[in-house]
Amino acid sequence: MLSFNALITICLGYVAFLFAVAFWADKRAEAGRVRWVRSPLVYTLSLSIYCTAWTFYGAVGYAARSGLEFVTIYLGPTLVMLAWWGLLRRLVRIGKTERITSIADLISSRFGKSNLLGVLVTILAVVGTTPYIALQLQSVTLSFEVFAGQRPETAVATNTALLVAVGLAVFTIIFGTRNLDANERHHGVVMAIAVEAMVKLVALLAVGVFVVFSVGGGIGETMARIEQSPIAAWDLRPDRWATLVFLSAAALLCLPRMFQVMVVENSDERHLATASWAFPSYLFLMSMFVIPIAVVGLSVLPPGSNPDLFVLTLPLAFDQSSLATLAFLGGFSSATSMVIVAAIALSTMVSNHIVMPIWLNARKGGATMTGDVRQVVLLSRRLSIAGVLVLGYLYFRFSGGGAALAAIGLVAFVGMSQVLPALLGGLFWRGASRWGAAAGVVVGFAVWLWTSFLPSFGEGAILSASVFAEGPFGIGLLRPQALFGVEGMDPLVHSVFWSILLNTCAFMLVSLLSFPTPLERLQGATFVNIMRYSEGARGWTSGFAEAEDLLMMSQRIMGPTEAQALFVAEASAQGKEGFLPDVTPDFLERLERELAGSVGAATAHAMIAQLTGGVSISVEDLMRVADEAQQILEYSNQLEAKSAELGRTARQLREANEKLMALSVQKDAFLSQISHELRTPMTSIRSFSEILMAGEAMSAEDRRRYSQIIHDESIRLTRLLDDLLDLSVLENGQVVLNERDDTLERILDRAVSATEQQTEGRRLRIERSRPDEQVPLHTDSDRLSQVFINLIANAQKYCDAEEPVLRIAVRDIGGRQVVDFIDNGAGIPREAQQLIFEKFARGTDHRAAGGAGLGLAISREVMNRLGGAIAYLPGQGGAAFRVTLPRVRAAAA
Amino acid sequence: MARPPEPVFLERQSYRRRRVGDAARFLPLIGLVLFLLPVLWADDATTAGGIVFLFTVWGALIVVVAVLSRLLAGAEPVPGDADGGSDREP
Repeated sequence: MLSFNALITICLGYVAFLFAVAFWADKRAEAGRVRWVRSPLVYTLSLSIYCTAWTFYGAVGYAARSGLEFVTIYLGPTLVMLAWWGLLRRLVRIGKTERITSIADLISSRFGKSNLLGVLVTILAVVGTTPYIALQLQSVTLSFEVFAGQRPETAVATNTALLVAVGLAVFTIIFGTRNLDANERHHGVVMAIAVEAMVKLVALLAVGVFVVFSVGGGIGETMARIEQSPIAAWDLRPDRWATLVFLSAAALLCLPRMFQVMVVENSDERHLATASWAFPSYLFLMSMFVIPIAVVGLSVLPPGSNPDLFVLTLPLAFDQSSLATLAFLGGFSSATSMVIVAAIALSTMVSNHIVMPIWLNARKGGATMTGDVRQVVLLSRRLSIAGVLVLGYLYFRFSGGGAALAAIGLVAFVGMSQVLPALLGGLFWRGASRWGAAAGVVVGFAVWLWTSFLPSFGEGAILSASVFAEGPFGIGLLRPQALFGVEGMDPLVHSVFWSILLNTCAFMLVSLLSFPTPLERLQGATFVNIMRYSEGARGWTSGFAEAEDLLMMSQRIMGPTEAQALFVAEASAQGKEGFLPDVTPDFLERLERELAGSVGAATAHAMIAQLTGGVSISVEDLMRVADEAQQILEYSNQLEAKSAELGRTARQLREANEKLMALSVQKDAFLSQISHELRTPMTSIRSFSEILMAGEAMSAEDRRRYSQIIHDESIRLTRLLDDLLDLSVLENGQVVLNERDDTLERILDRAVSATEQQTEGRRLRIERSRPDEQVPLHTDSDRLSQVFINLIANAQKYCDAEEPVLRIAVRDIGGRQVVDFIDNGAGIPREAQQLIFEKFARGTDHRAAGGAGLGLAISREVMNRLGGAIAYLPGQGGAAFRVTLPRVRAAAA
Repeated sequence: MARPPEPVFLERQSYRRRRVGDAARFLPLIGLVLFLLPVLWADDATTAGGIVFLFTVWGALIVVVAVLSRLLAGAEPVPGDADGGSDREP
């Protein structure tokens, strides 16, 4: 049989081992070798602080009393771990991007960095966790008593709780507040609790295997024993079953210690993927042997044995002292790891949300004042840890231990689960507001106190029996276990139902009715959209703070080395030398997050606000930064519109330029043409006049001939000048039309007879259809006949057929009279058809030097003036022009 | 908050990955239903039968979530990357 002293020795050795492990892990982490310390396995094992001494010992007792119901405590967390992809990943990412230090910090940060909420959640956590710590102290004390009970040294055991509490405080202070880690990670502590997790799993499995295979006689026989045991029938109570699954699921999310290991201590989001199956497996293994141990204990051990201690007393009953020692260490591990992490989590909350704000307020001078803030924070944390453990110990001493304490586990769960509505609402509902969260937490807290916490001390302890029976001041509707007159509910179900229901209602209703501050809305958007935009939106608009002040403050919180490194890095990122970067909103945001990792979001925000004069964001800024994607989209739309406009302008400019170039070319061509056309007759006139001047011996015949040539050339020159003048007048619109009534036939007659006079030699046969020509016209008939003459003359000049024939056809097309002039020549080549109406344009044939190439240009201008048109008509077997006559005015018809 | 336009159709690989993510989101609901199922018939059941049912369901859920995590963890971009938040939320 193991002596009590030997047990103490083993226990102290185990504690020394844990110290060594924690020390080793911290050293490794300092050296930067965190790969092993920060593995998914260690992360998963650290989650196992969910299994406290209450579950290690108590689960068997629970099973011995209520059968399978104990397993609900593990089913809830399993469900939460199954939801890792949709829920936990989001939680962990928020924790990392926002540098969340605790669940109170998360709630406070989400709802506009409100310290009021931080304080509320902290109080809730302290009230809910203290009894739980007392419970751990009790379980360690009880387990010591099991061993001491067989020895005379009983007196030692009574002080066990105190010794354990002191030892835990020392360990937690040493490894939990070694430094103000920027990310609140405690490598040593996490490593130590991972080792403890292994110990408790191995211990419980060892006891289970021993019970099933050594005492129970194998799986089959153990199952048979279960069938014959007092808990053979599955006495499932649906309301309790569902409530307990919900409650334990909520606990995994809301318990401060679970939040600490799951979110704050998480170093890599991907560890969740492993934990999602590994942690349920751990729970599976932890609960596998609970019923067998309970059943075998009930049948083997003498009646009246405490079923809560079967895990210890069963091996002892079969004289397996080493197995009993292992089980003891398992229970000890469960208790200590829970207390350590809970104390760290609570001290962080208390220090960040209660001590620091008070300290900052007390020093109105501002955050830059002298005094090392780091020491203050660390001191406040250490005192908080000690305070939490003292509270737990006092609770243990004055509640007197025993059954009342055993029931407190679930009561504490209900208390912390009051954070759940605000937590989930904050993660998924942007409309959740600060006042809504505060209302929900306060209402839930109050209902929990009234229906669960105070009654848990038993009738007559705090609430008198009459309050239970008739309600406070005789108000029956407020009876603690029959709220609003609903009787007959299980007290636990009753409390969970009313507290969560009223909590959620208050939360939603007040959220719907209140209006959040800009910072709240910004944080809400950041939290809810965390999977979409991992970079948070900016919370600061302008830097009124001096970089030097900020550096002074940061040094006091983060330590000189870290703060200077941060400032130098920021300065060099801005392209500056030295320690002082420009105080940009981005920098303020980053700095605030770094500080938040040490002192919590609310305090960090308050400290920076002190330096910047409290200028945080305004609604306008919020709207401006609210959706950068939208902004970028708008901006790019604007750019696109501008670029399209620029493109249009450029095209217009290009077109205008091309027109100008063409005009310039046209002008040059016109000038060169006109000089050429003027020069030819001028040259002949000059040379012949010179001959006349110099030639005395000249026959009269020659003189007459030369004079004739000079005369002809002058006429040609005059005609050219007339034409030019005519064209210029027409083009400028200065022409005066001499309109009168006439018929097409008469105009054509005049044109044909005019051309016949000019004809020398070549005969052009003209085919006309006089009946068609009876078209009355009201127009300038001289001008019109000028056009006709020009067309007929052209045919005379250019038609290259053996027997030139010009057909003049009049027809009605679409209500307009048109006159076609079609000859039987070669026609005009396609490429020239566009040019013939231009000035000085002539067909390739220059036989007829008499024209200057202005005829068709003039004709076109004339027709435009008259309100008609002239165009080349291709595909008629020769050159063909179509003259569209002016509209006949009704009155003139 | 207006969101930047997202592509309506995805290539097969991304589509599969998102559906695996959907499956991972459904899983806790399926687990909840299975764990609450005994409420319907536990009156006639024994503790031994309850153990067999609960632990079978429990083990199966663990296997399924392990497979899904493996698929999701393999496909997931490294946290902290610029596109780490590219996942679509329902």
